[in-house]
Amino acid sequence: MTARELTTGAAINEALAIAMRSDPDVIVLGEDVAGGGDRSKAGVEEMGGVLGTTRGLVGEFGMARVRDTPISEMGLLGTAVGAAASGLRPVAELMFMDFLGTSLDPLLNQAAKLRYMFGGKVRVPLTVRTVSGAGMRAAAQHSQSLYWITTGIPGLKTVVPSTPADAKGLLLAAIRDDDPVIFCEAKGILNQTGEVPEGDYEVPLGKAALLREGSDVSLIAFGATVSVAQQAADALAGEGIHADLLDLRSLSPLDEEAILRTLEKTGRVVVVDEATPRCGIASDVAALCVDRGFDFLNAPVKRVTAPHTPVPFSAVLEDAFMPSAQRVLDAVAELG
Amino acid sequence: MDFSRESSIEIYRRMRTIRGFEDKLQELVAAGRIGGFLHLYAGEEAVAVGVCAQLRETDLVGSTHRGHGHCIAKGVDVKGMMAELFGRATGTCRGKGGSMHIADMDCGMLGANGIVGGGIPLVTGAALTAQIKQSGAVAVGFFGDGATNQGQFHESLNMASNWKLPALYVCENNGFGEFTPTEFVVPVRDIADRAASYGMHALIADGMDFFDVYEKAAVAIERARRGDGPTLLECKTYRFYGHYVGDPTPYRDKEEAEQWIQNRDPLELFEARVRESGVVSGDDLREVDGEVERLLRAAVEEAEQAPQPDPEADLTSDVYVSYPT
Repeated sequence: MTARELTTGAAINEALAIAMRSDPDVIVLGEDVAGGGDRSKAGVEEMGGVLGTTRGLVGEFGMARVRDTPISEMGLLGTAVGAAASGLRPVAELMFMDFLGTSLDPLLNQAAKLRYMFGGKVRVPLTVRTVSGAGMRAAAQHSQSLYWITTGIPGLKTVVPSTPADAKGLLLAAIRDDDPVIFCEAKGILNQTGEVPEGDYEVPLGKAALLREGSDVSLIAFGATVSVAQQAADALAGEGIHADLLDLRSLSPLDEEAILRTLEKTGRVVVVDEATPRCGIASDVAALCVDRGFDFLNAPVKRVTAPHTPVPFSAVLEDAFMPSAQRVLDAVAELG
Repeated sequence: MDFSRESSIEIYRRMRTIRGFEDKLQELVAAGRIGGFLHLYAGEEAVAVGVCAQLRETDLVGSTHRGHGHCIAKGVDVKGMMAELFGRATGTCRGKGGSMHIADMDCGMLGANGIVGGGIPLVTGAALTAQIKQSGAVAVGFFGDGATNQGQFHESLNMASNWKLPALYVCENNGFGEFTPTEFVVPVRDIADRAASYGMHALIADGMDFFDVYEKAAVAIERARRGDGPTLLECKTYRFYGHYVGDPTPYRDKEEAEQWIQNRDPLELFEARVRESGVVSGDDLREVDGEVERLLRAAVEEAEQAPQPDPEADLTSDVYVSYPT
């Protein structure tokens, strides 16, 4: 398979088109996903979503399968759940993950629970794409990383890719998965470019990726914090400290064995998560290390996260809010 | 409208089964033989049976916390339902759903729903599936007057009307949202008035009169099937028991309740009408009463003897279709 340089957004767009071509049951619905105009009229410019990620789909697949919804997050997600339970394979877009606030019931009480409550008699092959995280000066209500909420709900799967290639492969896997999957597109990676293979391929859910190998310390990251951890690992290498860098890719299912393997190898773990610290993924990984990997630990598990605050608007404050390579280096230094 | 002897008996059997099922549950709870949160449908039988008598097996129905009637009307196996209420492995949902979550996709039952209004967007989604797949199916959502104060109701009706989905939204207006009289919390005279906000067709039926519900559902379903979009059908009804089993109903006017129960019982109204028309006799219907009673007794006996779920195997199964560990 040949590869080209694409942004994460373009890789996601490609995955959606491939999924729609290969399965007529795949539909895309959400606010402005088709374009915010009447596609049947020539010359109406197509927006393809607020960040343009779905641009071009309505032209190829038509307005029945690429559907602009009203600004009704609860209604559109609930409709997507009902469509999934009755025979379609919808990809719903929740424009920003913060809008979980206006839409949680269909995910929390419906999508996540139908199969269990029905004694296994239904499948809910729903994918919810949503943009998460800080970094666009979008302030407190458009910048949150709330995957810790969906990860904590049994019945949902949650995926957070860190590269364009993974975004494409994980999204294809998510759409074809028979369970509801929350697919988080971290703002920090949407405009990043990387090599993306052409054609149809899947990256399996629940498999972490070991991005670099070293035996001194384990840096565990996902989504936008992978590049932060990469920068830290580069700096550490300059000092002769070699880091394992594990990209979780999927938070539920979580590749626990990969976490324990890197811990066993290095005995030192720093988890980097751009979300707030309480009840979060960093804490979850730290608990796993202590619970199942205590004998391998040579130092406390360090968590590098955002502070327990809303996301600020000011560029200076937002930059301070987000985990930085320096903070990762500080955490590694504390391990001794 | 003329009904044959067979269909009259079948309609009566459905309504009698719902009433008998609910009366039986009331006894079982009082005797401490089953637990859980139960909301009984007695009094509202004409709505579920009147609407579902117009449906095909492939049509989908979404229901509420007061869902036993919709399940029975749509054809869910009564013995499986009873076993479910006993929490047994042989239950419709293998003991994992309980009263508020009985579902059976095999007969188009998209589930009772413990969240007030939560089933409405699911039905909207099922109607979207029918429209996109051009299956010819219709999706029907039942909900109470209380659910029409939820955002999910308004968001769903707005989308469904805009997209002309093949859906029917049936509001069972029983006069109370939990304990609060509807007029305390609903500023419009009829729930059906709310359809105007969405440019949606609306109808009002006497929810105690099977024939009125049946005829109005026919109009709405016909519209939906031919692509003319959804209807909000308000059925004025009354719940004979309280909000939940054990609700002492101090909030309701005793005389008003008596009026409904004594004079507006949907089973009695149906019986009077079909006996008057001469298609069935009182004996025919008493025979059905006996058959239903025997079925329900057998359902309880079998449920009580059915195996419990196995915590080893069943507690953590069916959360996901697949989940690597």
